Amino acid sequence: MDLLNAIVAFLNYVFVPGVAYGSQLALGALGVTLVYGILRFSNFAHGDTMALGAMATVLVTWLFQSWGISLGPLPTALLALPFGIAFAILLLLGTDRAVYKFYRVKKAKPVILVIVSLGITFIYNGVTRFIIGADDQNFFDGQRFIISAREFKRATGLDEGLSFKTTQGITIVTAIIVVILLFWFLNKTRAGKSMRAYSDNEDLALLSGINPERVVMITWMIVATLATIAGVLYGLDKSFKPFTYFQLLLPIFASAIVGGLGNPVGAIAGGFVIAFSEVTITYAWKKILVYLMPESLEPSGLVQLLSTDYKFAVSFVILLIVLLFKPTGLFKGQAV
Amino acid sequence: MNDTLKNTLLFAAVALLIMSVGFQQSWNSALLIIAMGLISSIMALGVNLQWGFAGLFNVGIMGFVALGGLAAVLVGMPPTEGAFAAGGWGVLGALLLGAGTILLAIFVMKRMDAGWLRTLAVIGVLVAGFFLFRGLLDPSVERIEEINPAQTGYLGGLGLPVLIAWPVGGLFAAAAAWIIGKTALGLRSDYLAIATLGIAEIIIAVLKNEDWLTRGVKNVIGVPRPVPYEIDLQNSAAFVERAAGLGFDPVESSTLWVKFLYIILFAAVLLILMWMAQRALHSPWGRMLRAIRDNEVAAEAMGKDVTARHLQVFILGSAICGIAGAMMTTMDGQLTPGTYQPLRFTFLVWVMVIVGGSGNNLGAVLGGFLIWFLWVQVEPMGLWLMNAITSGMAEGSPLKEHLIESAAHMRLLTMGLVLLLVLRFSPRGLIPEK
Repeated sequence: MDLLNAIVAFLNYVFVPGVAYGSQLALGALGVTLVYGILRFSNFAHGDTMALGAMATVLVTWLFQSWGISLGPLPTALLALPFGIAFAILLLLGTDRAVYKFYRVKKAKPVILVIVSLGITFIYNGVTRFIIGADDQNFFDGQRFIISAREFKRATGLDEGLSFKTTQGITIVTAIIVVILLFWFLNKTRAGKSMRAYSDNEDLALLSGINPERVVMITWMIVATLATIAGVLYGLDKSFKPFTYFQLLLPIFASAIVGGLGNPVGAIAGGFVIAFSEVTITYAWKKILVYLMPESLEPSGLVQLLSTDYKFAVSFVILLIVLLFKPTGLFKGQAV
Repeated sequence: MNDTLKNTLLFAAVALLIMSVGFQQSWNSALLIIAMGLISSIMALGVNLQWGFAGLFNVGIMGFVALGGLAAVLVGMPPTEGAFAAGGWGVLGALLLGAGTILLAIFVMKRMDAGWLRTLAVIGVLVAGFFLFRGLLDPSVERIEEINPAQTGYLGGLGLPVLIAWPVGGLFAAAAAWIIGKTALGLRSDYLAIATLGIAEIIIAVLKNEDWLTRGVKNVIGVPRPVPYEIDLQNSAAFVERAAGLGFDPVESSTLWVKFLYIILFAAVLLILMWMAQRALHSPWGRMLRAIRDNEVAAEAMGKDVTARHLQVFILGSAICGIAGAMMTTMDGQLTPGTYQPLRFTFLVWVMVIVGGSGNNLGAVLGGFLIWFLWVQVEPMGLWLMNAITSGMAEGSPLKEHLIESAAHMRLLTMGLVLLLVLRFSPRGLIPEK
């Protein structure tokens, strides 16, 4: 019984939140890694692209809510998501045309593009705050739980409850669908293949008649989609606040680098590595250990390795370790 | 028009802008802009060293500036009574133990042959060290934070003259820069950017959460000053008399005089650093750095140690940011970890360097003053603009309220636009590199 309780507590506090957070990071890291693979720079504006896409979704959600449209038990935001994605696509294509293209044609050094993307970050951030403000926004509706802790306790008779939030379920299901679609696109379609060819060897791809502008356009569209989905899922699961998306940059970059920049499979793996490290290191394990240890050995403290305020430190340390020992990442990325 | 004339005119224009603030608003604001402009110029000088000389992209300026602020507290504040006896040695011991653990892990790493045994040994050392560290640190921290938490609850400082904190702030920043540079330099340029972004977030997190060190978000106030207090000046008969002789009232003259003294101090630091940076730029070392920046492969072929030079200049530039951070906290008289925003401390300095002219020290100084002036003035201008736009709208309409409320966020937008426009149309900045 104690063992079961411990397992349930582990699932409830570590595993399920870790999987949901990992899915959000993986989607974010996929966007970063695609930009890196095709456009060859680290896109600092990715966090704020997520914020802007999510903001558009939030606004449409509010509009739908005021019209009384809803999805029943599911959050209305899912219905608004396509509009948010469309907005983000237009935004990124416009940004590319107005800003990035100039440097691409000039073949500017990657670090210049990084600085430019930092400038874009702050413009996006300013626009987000200008339109929706800097505060927390709530746009979640529908049923809160798929399994609530109380029902679970009643059904199983255990002391520990397992709660599974709707947003967590949606996050995981959406992430799986998106990843399957993305890999199908990259591996099976002509456009996807040309993207991979361009990423592997630009000159060779140009020589075989691939239109670079088309590849870049498709990349931005996919990146906008991924960013918006990741942003909305994160916003539904935690809360929508413009500044948190800027802070997400560090774990997202860490995920992409751990997996190997430019490698989509690596980005997904990296997302889960970072998410689980963060959750396990900042979780107070006492709750689980009390079930597993004999009473005399019960820990007196919280058995929390680091306070949750230092969750960024976890991604940072993992990032440093990867840079020190395996700068190309777990899966071979392009960067050296 | 030759360069000297052009540069003089540019500086004169900025001086005119600041003077117009003096005439239209108040001389107190004008002097404050000059003081903060000097600090900004020093930060820009540091970043220019990294970016302009060596092409290194540092996104963690905020962290180095905050470390400088920490130095001001640790050096300048009086020690908290009894705190050191209660837990100071424990904390020091824990920190030494932590450092020792990492050194031991590195030693094991270097001495043992590669393989799973080595991996296990290193992990074992680190895990054991971590638990010992926490075991020693946590109780000491608790004891320190118990001492009068409303007033102190932290270790306090050494109670030394606060001017000593300025070079110490530089040393703190240099140490952090060494750790980052050691890991991230020599790899792709983006990695340094990401690593510095991370260290800045972590330094701020430490300042916010380690109450025993900085009182966290409760802020340390009343950092001692290197200049007299206004209230003492107002009570000093000699000062009041002198002010009256010049036709000032004592309150205004005391605030002006204090700011003026700060400006003298800051200007002295800027001049010293500027002289050093100019000498560095024109020395063989500076030429080597620029050669590396322009063609790394060729420089390496000439036998230059690229990574070592990068590490050197990265540490120097960060140290300058640390000095500026200590100066700023000294002038503010308080350390408020909550106010360190990446926009204000990282991005703004970048705009200064790029707009002023990367690779040119004079340009960095000009950019520091000009952008600081804009930063201070954009908010009232944005508010004025929003009032003008919404003047036709009905009173109390939600759109009008929203627009006026959002005027504060105009700063982000304006600075982002300035950066992009300069990068696009005048990438060499106002005073280009020769």
